[in-house]
Amino acid sequence: MNITLADLIPLLPLLITTGTVVVAMTAIGIKRNYTLTAVITIAGLLIATLSAAFLMPTTNSQVTPLMILDQYSLFFIIVTCATAMFIAIFSYPYLADLDDNKEEYFLLLGIATIGAIVMVSSNHFVSTILGLETLSMSLYGMVAYPVHSEKSAKFPLEASVKYLVLSAAASGILLFGIALVYAQTGTLQFASVVNVANVTEGLSAGFTIAALILVFIGIAFKLSLAPFHMWTPDVYEGSPLPATTYLATIGKAAMFVVLLRFIEASEALTFESFVLVVSLVATASILAGNLLALLQDNLKRILAYSSIAHMGYLLIALVASYFVQGSISVEAVTFYLVAYVIMSAGAFGVASVVSSSEREFDSIDDYKGLFWRSPWLAVVFTGMLLSLAGIPLTVGFIGKFYIFFAGVEAALWVLLAVLIIGSGIGLYYYLRIVYRMLLTDDEEQRFDVAVGNNLSSHAVLAFLLVLLVVLGVYPTPVVSIIETISTYIL
Amino acid sequence: MILVWLISILFVGGVIAWLSERINPNFPRLIALITVLLDLALMLTLLGAEPSSGGWVASVEADWIPRFGISFYLAADGLSVLLLLLTGFLGVIAVGSAWDEIKERSGFFYFNLLWTLAGVLGVFAALDLFLFFFFWEVMLIPMYFIIAIWGHENKNYAAMKFFIFTQVTGMLMLVSILALAYFHYVQNGVISFNYHDLLTVQTSGSLEMWIMLGFFIAFTTKLPSVPFHAWLPDAHSQAPTAGSVILAGVLLKTGAYGLIRFAVPLFPEASMSFAPIAMTLAAISILYCAKVAFAQTDIKRLIAYTSVSHMGFVTLGVYAWNEQALQGAVMTMLAHGLSAAALFMLAGGLQHRIHTRSMPDMGGFWAKVPRMAVVALFFSVAALGMPGLGNFIGEFLALLGAFQANITLTVVSAFGLILASVYSLWVIQKIFHGEYKNSEFDDSHLTDLTRREMVYFGAMMIGLVWMGMYPQSFLAMSQPVLLELLNGTEELFAAVVQN
Repeated sequence: MNITLADLIPLLPLLITTGTVVVAMTAIGIKRNYTLTAVITIAGLLIATLSAAFLMPTTNSQVTPLMILDQYSLFFIIVTCATAMFIAIFSYPYLADLDDNKEEYFLLLGIATIGAIVMVSSNHFVSTILGLETLSMSLYGMVAYPVHSEKSAKFPLEASVKYLVLSAAASGILLFGIALVYAQTGTLQFASVVNVANVTEGLSAGFTIAALILVFIGIAFKLSLAPFHMWTPDVYEGSPLPATTYLATIGKAAMFVVLLRFIEASEALTFESFVLVVSLVATASILAGNLLALLQDNLKRILAYSSIAHMGYLLIALVASYFVQGSISVEAVTFYLVAYVIMSAGAFGVASVVSSSEREFDSIDDYKGLFWRSPWLAVVFTGMLLSLAGIPLTVGFIGKFYIFFAGVEAALWVLLAVLIIGSGIGLYYYLRIVYRMLLTDDEEQRFDVAVGNNLSSHAVLAFLLVLLVVLGVYPTPVVSIIETISTYIL
Repeated sequence: MILVWLISILFVGGVIAWLSERINPNFPRLIALITVLLDLALMLTLLGAEPSSGGWVASVEADWIPRFGISFYLAADGLSVLLLLLTGFLGVIAVGSAWDEIKERSGFFYFNLLWTLAGVLGVFAALDLFLFFFFWEVMLIPMYFIIAIWGHENKNYAAMKFFIFTQVTGMLMLVSILALAYFHYVQNGVISFNYHDLLTVQTSGSLEMWIMLGFFIAFTTKLPSVPFHAWLPDAHSQAPTAGSVILAGVLLKTGAYGLIRFAVPLFPEASMSFAPIAMTLAAISILYCAKVAFAQTDIKRLIAYTSVSHMGFVTLGVYAWNEQALQGAVMTMLAHGLSAAALFMLAGGLQHRIHTRSMPDMGGFWAKVPRMAVVALFFSVAALGMPGLGNFIGEFLALLGAFQANITLTVVSAFGLILASVYSLWVIQKIFHGEYKNSEFDDSHLTDLTRREMVYFGAMMIGLVWMGMYPQSFLAMSQPVLLELLNGTEELFAAVVQN
C-alpha cells in the first residue's frame, strides 16, 4: 500500500506534535533553556490544536489500517492537544524551582500527547497498544519526575513504580484478551465479535465473553474503575500535580474513547453477561468512589476517588448505548468526557497554580478561607467542584443530564438509582471543600495567591471557567457538533 | 419579555451588589434594595396586563437546546403572578431585615439573596420542565451559601442537610421529567419538555405512579411534609434572618406551586389514587409537627415546625382537588408567606438583640419592648387562624374543600387549629408575659422595634388584614387558573369520593 502525501494531511496534528517534541529535544541538545523548551511545547500543541480544528469539518479517512481520522477522532484530538497545552502552561511555574534538570519534562508531556492522539484515532488493536504504551511510558516518567529533587515532599518514585507495575500487569491482561478476540475474529481491526465464523476450531461463545471481559478489565484498570481502582489515590497523591492532572484528564479521556469505539464496533453488549459485568463495574465504581472519597482529607485523593465515580457514571451511558435507538448515548459519553476534562483540569489547575514542586497544597485545610483571601481562585474552584457535583449553570449539569437522558431511554432504572445515590453522597465531599473555603481565615498565610507571578496559568483558569459556564448555560453549539460527530462511531 | 427582565434584573443586580462592596461596604444593601424595588414595580405592571386566550398575562418562548426539544419558555398566569408578587414583596422585606444584621461580606450576601430570588421567580414562571428544573436547582446554591456563611453555631450541618435533601430529591424529579419527555417522544415522535405538550402524554398504571412519585417527593421535600421535613428545622434555626424569611416565605411555596401546577395535572389518575396517602401525610404533618413545635425551646425551631404544620393544609387542599380546597391552598401559601416571614423576623430581631434563641431564658419582655410584643401577638394570632386575617381564609377554605373529599382526614386535621392556638399563645406567654428574666443574657441591647422595622411589619400586617377582610381580590386572580387546571380532572377525583 502506497502512502501519498495527501494521505498524510489528516495526520497533521500527530505530525506537528511529533515535530514539536523533536524540535524541543534539539533545542535542549544545543542549549538548556527552560523557558524556551516550555514555549516550544506550548506553541507546538497550540498549532496542533488549530490544525485539528481546521481539518475537522472536511476530514474523514482511514490512514493505513491502523488509524481512523474521522470527525470524532479530530474532535478528541482538539480536546487532547488543548488540554495538554493547558497542563504545559500549569507545569511551567510549577516546575520552575525544581533543583534538577527540568526541560525534559516537556518532552515527556509531548510524547504522552502523541500516544493520546494515536489512541483517540485508533480502531485497531495494534495502534491501541502503541498509543497506550507511548502514553503510559511517558506518564511513568512524568509521575516520577521530581525523584532526584531533594526538596520534593511527595513520593514520586513510589507512585511511579506502583503505576508501572500495575499498569504493566493490566496491559498483559489486555493483550491476552486481544489474543482471544483475534482467535475468534481473525482480525486485529475493531470488528463485530457476534456471529463470526470461528477462525479457530473449537472456540465457543464462552471464549468470546471471556475475551471481551479480559479486554474490558485491562481497560478498566487504566480508567481506574472499581474493583481495579486501588492504585489511583496513591498515584494521584504521589505524583506532581501537573502529572496528576494529565493522568486524570487526557489519560482517562483517551482510554474511554478507545473503549467506546471497541464496544460499539464489537457489539459486545449483545452478550447479556457482558452487560451484567459492565453494569456491576459501574455500580461498584460509583459506590466505592463516592463512599471512599468521604473518608479523605487530601484534595488529590478526594479527586482521585471522585474520578472513579465519574468513570462509573460514564459506563451507565455506555451500557445504555445498546438499548437505545440512535446516537444519544454516544453523545452522552462524548459530552460527559468533555465536561469531565474541563472540570478536572480546572480543579487540579487551581491546586497547581498555588503549588510548586517544593510544596504542594493538597490538604483541603490549606484552602480554608480562600473565599476571603482570593475570591477569584475560590470562585474558579467552587465552580469546578459544583460542576463535578452536577449543579446547574455548569457544564457538569448538562453532562449529567445527558447521562440521565440516556439512562431513562434505555430504562436502566437500577443504574439510575445508583447514580442518584452516588451523586447524593458526592455532594457531601464536594461541599466539604467548598465549606472550607467559606470559613473565616485564621490569619495563617498558607500560600501566595497573587495573580501577578503566573498570569498565563490564571488566564487558562479563566478560560476553563468561561467554558464551564457557557457550556452549562448555552450548550447548543457543542451539542450540535457532538450530535454530528457521534454518527461516526455507530 | 417582562418575565425575562424580572429575572435578569435580579441576576445582574446581584453581580453589581457584589462588586460594589469594593467601593463602599454600604453600597450592596442599597443596590439590593433598588433592585428588588425595581422588580416589584415591574411585577405590578403585570397586574394591568390583558390575559391572552390561555390566561397568560405574559409569556416568552425561544429555542434553547433544540437537540432535546428544550425551549426557554416562561409564562405567567394569575397564580404565577400572585406568587411572583409574594416573592417580590418578601424580597424587599428580606433586604430590610438584613439591613443592619449583615455587616460582614455584605456584597456576597446580597449577591446570594438576589440570585435565590431570581431562581424562585424562574420556578414560578417556567413552563418548560427542563427550565423549571434548572431554576429549581439554581436557587439552592445561593441559599446554601447564605446558611453556610452567615448562619449560626451549627451552620455547616444545617446547610449541608438542606442541600443534600433538596438536591437528591431534585434528581428524582429530573428522572421523572426525563421519563415523561421520553414518553412524549415515543407517543409523538418528538422530544419535548414543554408543559402543554407533556400534559397530553398518556401514561398509565404503576409506571405513572412511579413517575408521579418522583415529582411528589421533590415537592413535598421542599414544602415540606412529613416524612421529608427533617432538613427544615435545622436550616431555619441556623439561617440568618433574611435567609429564614426567604426560606419560609417563598422557597417552601415553590414546592406547593409544583404540586398544583405539575404533580397533579400531569398525572391526574396516579394522583387520584395517591390522594388518600398524600392527605394522610398532610394530616400527620399538621398534627405531629404542631405537637413537636410545642416541645421546642429554640424559638426558631418552633416556628419552623409550625411552618411544616401549616403547610400540611396546603397538601391537604391540593389533594382534595376541588375549587375551594385549591383556593384555600393558594391563600394559605400567601398568608403563611407573610406571617411566617414576620415571625422569623421577630425571632431574628430578638436573637440580634439578646444573642439567644432559647425561650426558657426569656420572659416578661412586654414592659421592655411593648411594640415588639404587640407585633408578635398580631402575627401569632394570624398564624393560629384568627378570623379576619389571611391565614383563616386559607385554612378554612382548605378544610371546607377537603371535607368534600375526605371527611375523616379533614376532621382529624381540623384539630391542628386547636394545637396552633396552644403553641402560638404559649410562645407569647413565655416570652412576653410573666416575670422579667435577664439572668442568662445581656439585655443592654434589648430595645424596641425601630421605625424602619415597624414599616416592614406594618406592610405585612396590612397584607394579612387585606387577605382576611377582602380575599376576593386574590381569589379572583387565581380562580380562572385553578378552574382551568381542574377542568377535566375534577370528575376523576369526584368519582373517587363517591366510591
